[in-house]
Amino acid sequence: MKDIALVLPEIVLLTLACALLVGDLFVSREAKGRTYALGIASLFLTVICVLSLAGPLDAPAQMAFAQLVVLDGVSTVLKAVMLVASALALIYSWDYLVKHRLDNGEFVALALFSTLGMMVIASAANLLTAYLGLELLSLSMYALVALKRDDRLATEAAMKYFVLGALASGLLLFGVSIIYGATGSLDLATISKSMATVNRIALAFGLIFIAAGVAFKLGVVPFHMWVPDVYQGAPTAVTLFLSAAPKIAAFALAYRLFGEGFLAGVDEWRVVVAVIALLSVVFGNLIAIAQTDIKRMLAYSAVANMGFLLLGISTGTVDGFAAAFFYAVAYAISGLVAFGLLVVLSARGQEVERIEDLSGLNERSPWLALILLISMFSLAGIPPTLGFWAKLTILESLVDAGLTWMAVVAVVASLIGAFYYLRVVKVAYFNPATSQDVLPAANDSAGAVLSINAIAVIVLGMMPTALVGVCAKAVLTALR
Amino acid sequence: MPELATLVFYVFSAILILASAAVISVRNPVHAALFLVLAFFSAAALWMLLKAEFLAIALVLVYVGAVMVLFLFVVMMLDINVEEMRKQFRSYLPVGLLVGAAVAIEMLLVLSLAFTKKSDSAGAQGIVVDGSNTKALGIELFTRYIYAVEIAGVLLLVAIVAAIALTLRPRRETKYQNPAEQVRVERDQRLRILKLAAEQPTAVRLDAPAAPPSESSNEGRT
Repeated sequence: MKDIALVLPEIVLLTLACALLVGDLFVSREAKGRTYALGIASLFLTVICVLSLAGPLDAPAQMAFAQLVVLDGVSTVLKAVMLVASALALIYSWDYLVKHRLDNGEFVALALFSTLGMMVIASAANLLTAYLGLELLSLSMYALVALKRDDRLATEAAMKYFVLGALASGLLLFGVSIIYGATGSLDLATISKSMATVNRIALAFGLIFIAAGVAFKLGVVPFHMWVPDVYQGAPTAVTLFLSAAPKIAAFALAYRLFGEGFLAGVDEWRVVVAVIALLSVVFGNLIAIAQTDIKRMLAYSAVANMGFLLLGISTGTVDGFAAAFFYAVAYAISGLVAFGLLVVLSARGQEVERIEDLSGLNERSPWLALILLISMFSLAGIPPTLGFWAKLTILESLVDAGLTWMAVVAVVASLIGAFYYLRVVKVAYFNPATSQDVLPAANDSAGAVLSINAIAVIVLGMMPTALVGVCAKAVLTALR
Repeated sequence: MPELATLVFYVFSAILILASAAVISVRNPVHAALFLVLAFFSAAALWMLLKAEFLAIALVLVYVGAVMVLFLFVVMMLDINVEEMRKQFRSYLPVGLLVGAAVAIEMLLVLSLAFTKKSDSAGAQGIVVDGSNTKALGIELFTRYIYAVEIAGVLLLVAIVAAIALTLRPRRETKYQNPAEQVRVERDQRLRILKLAAEQPTAVRLDAPAAPPSESSNEGRT
């Protein structure tokens, strides 16, 4: 019974998702909004479940189901943030989905199932659980990307995502099998204990394949080929969903594997992760400059940001993992604002494909232009936004670990990157508007929540101590 | 003199590798599918050598018996122009072969360095099971690994939902009747009574052309 109590949030979400799947059959096409609202409500209900179950952040980890599942401070924070991010993405998307005729029950059901997959990853204590959660997340995401099945771009994106994703899963599994061969266990705690005694070459061999698999899921150079095509091809609502919570799940996977499982073997994987991280930060920012399509630009921005996150992990220190944790949360919150704005604009009749489509946004809707400005500043890491503190903590952890030169490279790449973020702001504020229609003010619920989200980016940027403290305390307790 | 089991292992491994190579190199997609069946059979034989008879039988039953038959159906039903696809494939072949060979040799070198002695691989120590392998697996799956089994179940559910969501299309061209809707019809949905201004009867001149029907009379007819 204790085991079941520990995975209660997962059970609640699964039950509600199944109920929603069946209940949706009895809802007429006009009333799909009700299913949708129910989906959002079930995410929030699961958040309540997660929080009510959680002990203090520094409580010792509790294991369940024969060490397959772990419940600790990190899993609690990760799950809460994932669920809220998914719920926000769904709230922003409704009008867009109605407009693009994607407002069927499958969208929200698949979104809930993918969130369930993320939760499974967040509390994985065994390579088997981590892999199953990852597949649950990925399979739902492939289907979501392909949901607009008559759209050529979306189908192409889904095919690329699926084929490369399957390849990445294969790489990950191959690495896992080698690790199993070397250590004789799939249990992350046991692997961690036997790290000191195992064959180093076999260990490094397996870890490289696992790193490749995780790097694919994070979408970092050189495993980033799918990111721009999928971000551009998928319906914007799906891109919004994809860019927020799954990134936290990818961090969760990296944390569980490299933090809890392989931290003792840090010398074997540090260089690989550092090279991947530096390449992503540099190439992501450079290639983003050349983009004219805003979703592609944000995709390369995601590549660069995930590279930044990996920089924290590449230190192999507890502080580095804590910084990466904070970075994942901060990126998800800022990214939600940027993509949420695109979705909300599209729902109000202003389709945004190219960056020029944002021309003169300030004249047409000053408030939305301000939200765009906040999100771009946060992604670029300009104070006083949340993104600034996220980048700062990563840089601090790099300098503390004695990797000052990597911090310098990251700062230079970010400075170059600031150019394309500021260009978007410039287009929105100083270019003449192509259309004079005044966009309706943010008075609907999606707009209101988006405003709160944008304000949160600023407020958390003004007083980041609490959030940084939560992330650091959770990781510190888990990794000691 | 190697043991018989070792010899059998090498024979089936060789067949497995050759069959896998044939899957991606033969011209005819039906032949490729059949080679895949052969590859599954050899893999099942390897499992049999490891005394994992349940997995071996499951592989044959599930993959060879069900999945591959379905696969063959699909291959035969879809008219894929393989030659057209192969043209592109061939242009990448030299680079692909070069990179693939380099990676394979590197992996071989590293692995042969890594596992030189038997003791180098900790491996799962063989667990002696009383009675059938199947029973032991079943007990493990439904006690220790019940959480993983449940998640795998959800994974299958998602696969079904995704497959249906991506392929099911309502047939708009079929004209079927819904009796429930027909019975529930209200008078107001079918009949609209319009009040027309009464007109004074006028004498119709026989030599004048008939007046074209006006807008209001058109509406009244619907």
